[in-house]
Amino acid sequence: MKSGSKLERILQAGHFAFTGEVGPPRGCNVQALKEKISHLKGHVDAANVTDNQTAVVRLSSWAASLICLQEGVEPNFQMVCRDRNRLAMQADILGASAHGIRNMLCLSGDHQVFGDHPQAKGVFDIDSIQLLAMVKGMRDDSAFQSGGGIDEAPKMFIGAAANPFAEPFEWRIHRLAKKISAGADFIQTQCVYNMDKAREWVKQANDLGLTEKASLLMGITPMKSVGMARYMQSKVPGMEVPEAIIRRLREAGKQNVAEEGIKIACEQIQEFKEMPGVAGIHLMAIEWEHRVPEIAERAGMLPRPEV
Amino acid sequence: MIIAERKPIPEIQSFVAGYHKVLVVGCGTCVAVCLAGGSKEAEILTNELTLSPKTAGARFESRTLERQCDMEFLSELDEQAAEYDALLSMACGAGVQLLAERFSRIPVFPAVNTSCIGVNRSVGWYEENCRACGTCVLALTAGICPVTRCAKGLFNGPCGGTNITSCEIHPDQPCAWHMIYERLAAQDRLQQIMEISPANDWRNQQPRTIVQPGYEERTSALKEQ
Repeated sequence: MKSGSKLERILQAGHFAFTGEVGPPRGCNVQALKEKISHLKGHVDAANVTDNQTAVVRLSSWAASLICLQEGVEPNFQMVCRDRNRLAMQADILGASAHGIRNMLCLSGDHQVFGDHPQAKGVFDIDSIQLLAMVKGMRDDSAFQSGGGIDEAPKMFIGAAANPFAEPFEWRIHRLAKKISAGADFIQTQCVYNMDKAREWVKQANDLGLTEKASLLMGITPMKSVGMARYMQSKVPGMEVPEAIIRRLREAGKQNVAEEGIKIACEQIQEFKEMPGVAGIHLMAIEWEHRVPEIAERAGMLPRPEV
Repeated sequence: MIIAERKPIPEIQSFVAGYHKVLVVGCGTCVAVCLAGGSKEAEILTNELTLSPKTAGARFESRTLERQCDMEFLSELDEQAAEYDALLSMACGAGVQLLAERFSRIPVFPAVNTSCIGVNRSVGWYEENCRACGTCVLALTAGICPVTRCAKGLFNGPCGGTNITSCEIHPDQPCAWHMIYERLAAQDRLQQIMEISPANDWRNQQPRTIVQPGYEERTSALKEQ
């Protein structure tokens, strides 16, 4: 066991993993955070806790991860390279581990121009792949990035993100390979809508032996409306939403569009469950946490295994 | 070369308000090429300040030196500078500082914002290409600097935010890592970015002094004499 986290144990036991996501509040509204977490409790194996997502300041991800832990949901502590240099990152990794956080997801982070402080100096001292290598070195070699020794190494199950849909498509699988060789134990992908491309990418990962080295969790975000689908299609860089999805949502009619979105998500989950090389699902129900129990139920993800 | 942009007139006027005789000092090198602070721009600024009612009553004159980042050229101003009660430098930040050091009894103000190290794409169009990080990785990245031209300065890109061939921050901003990939693929050199680029050794985090071997040889030869 690398960290002994529940997520690691689930994957090691060969269960199909199911993770969710919680966005911390823009303030100290712990009640709102607890409310979001309550919907995930018992329905996911771990919940990603986002780190100033979309470059907007929020309650810090390690603090929200602690609240998550106290509320009985295992956190997957997200860390971006935008806001901290290597000293602050390593300090927070030690702190998180000391408090019992056992999973983390290493990300570059959205550029600060998108957020609420576009004038901020982006740190980007290291990139996401270098961060993965740093965490692995801390955990496995008890060594800081500088090489200096650590007095009791942090225990972390190390995650990385992958976007199978961004160009150049041919390079994506090699970048995934780099992330895995840098230290990723599990991968969570960008939201999948183009199943053809996702199939092709998973096949490439299998062919290169990557799915034996790291666990692939495919990203799913149910569409709530045609507007959301259009926005994802045209405004979110690196996101691919096929016209067929939009057509399906539109044809469902205004009353049933959210239902249709959940239906699509469940179909995708079903297909991934049977796809060789896929180890789980990462459900990003953005500001829709209260629908997670229903989606989990309908997708056949319940009950979650006890390990 | 160094790229700079002239500051807005109101900001420049706020610096020189209250001074009676001001010398606008142009610089004949980088800032002249990028049309920000050469002799022509120094004359234009002098005229603008002279004609503006906001700075009426003060006298503005201009003089352009070959380079302000070199004491040898600054010495040309030694006698003339004493006639002015303020100097307005149109050089880059390095030039302004050396001018202020040379004439430390006279207030020296900057008239440009120093932007970057860049290239001249066309007259009046310049692009940033180098951030002087001190650890050049261009050999690995097909001659395209990821520190400068990737908005996140990634060493192992492209990130998932790449937008077909452009950067997530703006459709007009090309994705540096996409260009790196394409050029390396065309040269059949992709193998070199398969390896993980380790965390960078940032050498631009403290003031740097660069001493070339020739300097050492010259000074030790002088000492022996």
